[in-house]
Amino acid sequence: MHTYILRRFFFLTFVLFGVSVLLFGILMTFSPERRAAAYVTTPQQAKDIPRIIKQFGLDEPVYIQYVRWIKEVGRGNLGWSLVAARPVGEAFWRYFPITLEMNLYAAPIVIFLGIWLGSVSGIHRDSWIDHGTRIFAIIGWSLPTFLFALVLLMVFYGYFHLFSPGVLSDELAMSIINHPEQYTPYTGMLTIDGLLNGRLDIALNALHHLVLPIATYVIVVVALNMRVMRSGIIEELSKDYVLTARAKGADRRTVHYKHARRNALLPVVTVAGQLVAMSMEGSIAVEVVYNRQGIGWWLAESATQLDMPVLMCICLFMGLVFVITNLTIDILYAYIDPRIRLN
Amino acid sequence: MNNTHPRLRELKYTLHRIFRNPSAVIGFTILLFFVGVALLAPLLAPPQYAHNPYQMPHKGFSPTPKAPGESAIFGTTSGQYDIYYGVVWGTRTAFKIGLFVVFISGFVGIGLGAVSGYYGGWIDEILMRVTDVMWAIPTLVLAMAIVVAFGRGLDKVMIALALIQWRWYVRVMRSEILTLRDQDFVQAARIMGVSDFKIILRHILPNAIYPVLIMASMDMGSMVITASFMSFVGLGAPKGYADWGQMVALARNYIVGPPGDPLRFWYTIAIPGACIILFVLAWNLIGDALRDAFDPKLRRR
Repeated sequence: MHTYILRRFFFLTFVLFGVSVLLFGILMTFSPERRAAAYVTTPQQAKDIPRIIKQFGLDEPVYIQYVRWIKEVGRGNLGWSLVAARPVGEAFWRYFPITLEMNLYAAPIVIFLGIWLGSVSGIHRDSWIDHGTRIFAIIGWSLPTFLFALVLLMVFYGYFHLFSPGVLSDELAMSIINHPEQYTPYTGMLTIDGLLNGRLDIALNALHHLVLPIATYVIVVVALNMRVMRSGIIEELSKDYVLTARAKGADRRTVHYKHARRNALLPVVTVAGQLVAMSMEGSIAVEVVYNRQGIGWWLAESATQLDMPVLMCICLFMGLVFVITNLTIDILYAYIDPRIRLN
Repeated sequence: MNNTHPRLRELKYTLHRIFRNPSAVIGFTILLFFVGVALLAPLLAPPQYAHNPYQMPHKGFSPTPKAPGESAIFGTTSGQYDIYYGVVWGTRTAFKIGLFVVFISGFVGIGLGAVSGYYGGWIDEILMRVTDVMWAIPTLVLAMAIVVAFGRGLDKVMIALALIQWRWYVRVMRSEILTLRDQDFVQAARIMGVSDFKIILRHILPNAIYPVLIMASMDMGSMVITASFMSFVGLGAPKGYADWGQMVALARNYIVGPPGDPLRFWYTIAIPGACIILFVLAWNLIGDALRDAFDPKLRRR
């Protein structure tokens, strides 16, 4: 098992290297002048771009430039973000908690709802529950996230005045700005910081602002999980051990929900990586429409301003996330599936 | 019946299975409607600018949308662009995006996947490692990076998506071919001296194509979603171009109407939005029906 994990680790390190080469390749389609902007860290420096081209050797051979670029990236120097008006690395940590917070709340809902709906649907195959959940899944699958978010905003903000866009109400945001000494941003996640600072009003208000984004996201993303779980359950139920268990008199519920569901969870673990990618794509649309200033919003905003350093940073980050999730999945898989563990 | 070619008989059975499924019937009906609209676009909405029919005509420049009425049956969106004209020509745009991306990426993916799966060895190793790297970044994020590198525009969005999406087809095609490669009929063809190219094209592809078709059908929808989102944020179609995503972008500031009448401008979002959803739904329903029809576990005769 150790060699298996070690092999996967080397493979994923290679993927990360490949991602950096790919991104560097995209970057090389720019003229040296535009690339010089990636090394600029203050607005003043923007004036002497010719000097930067010389200094960083942006007209030198490609492989030398790659090594130099990757060294800068390793030191955390990712360039200047126009949208945030600060260095990319610094801006990243400002936006990241907002996205992380939403995903932390949404992920358990997506996972458990998907597993539950998928297994109910698979066990009661071709019943009205199955048809209902399948219709729900295919409609959820067909809904563009940004459009669904707009419609929810139209109905629940415009018509019912129940929820509003943004991350926090204006009064509370002002109270934080006016009294910075009373509020310490420990994590940057408003619901958690609110509690840590003893400000229940901020935590609850932030949670209230999270309802629509999470609802949008869950309905669009849960379909994948559900579909995989459903076909997993259907496949398990047709296997001999289910028949044996039923024949020896085991309770139907025990067989379905304990024996079959556990085995059907395996394929769900394999799509977890795809789920992470989907949640990033979902975060972009949700944050743009609900005006939540997280990574996704930053990415879309930077893309419209053709702000390449930010896109490079987020692509690298996604590569890193991909590697970490896949390594986790591999280890998890080896842990739950003895066929892999013992080979 | 029995003297027909076995492949034709198989096709007939497959079609029978597909159309027994209500979701296929609904899907194909919606799709047929969109195909009709796309083909008849010049008749349904005669273009005002002959050189560029995708440019939506507009009467006036007022940013406030006008409700459906006699002059515009679906109303006008912000900038007085005619919504009816936009959705009719937007259907062509949607087909253009979907077909372009799916054909290019499908062609590249099937080719690379077939070579990689059939020959194996170091070709397979290199191709698969490249594909693995491509998988590490989500479609939308990578597409945005490529569009920023190439510059804005719907054509750039389409190229970017085609450059990314082939990775799906490579994987699907390769795994199909791996299961077929060592089967007896392929070995037999090889012993009889049939060339590799002909074996792949005539003997392997027809047996491996169904999962790719399912994939392509689902992709037609998801690519239109991705492209419309990129138009929505302002990376794709320019303002006034007949594209559903761009029309939603125009309507964005009008999702909440004046006080007392919050849903006044519903049509600016609902009409282009419904087009996107129905278009994607049609392809997904077809994909779902194909999946059921080709599923070997369910396909018993």
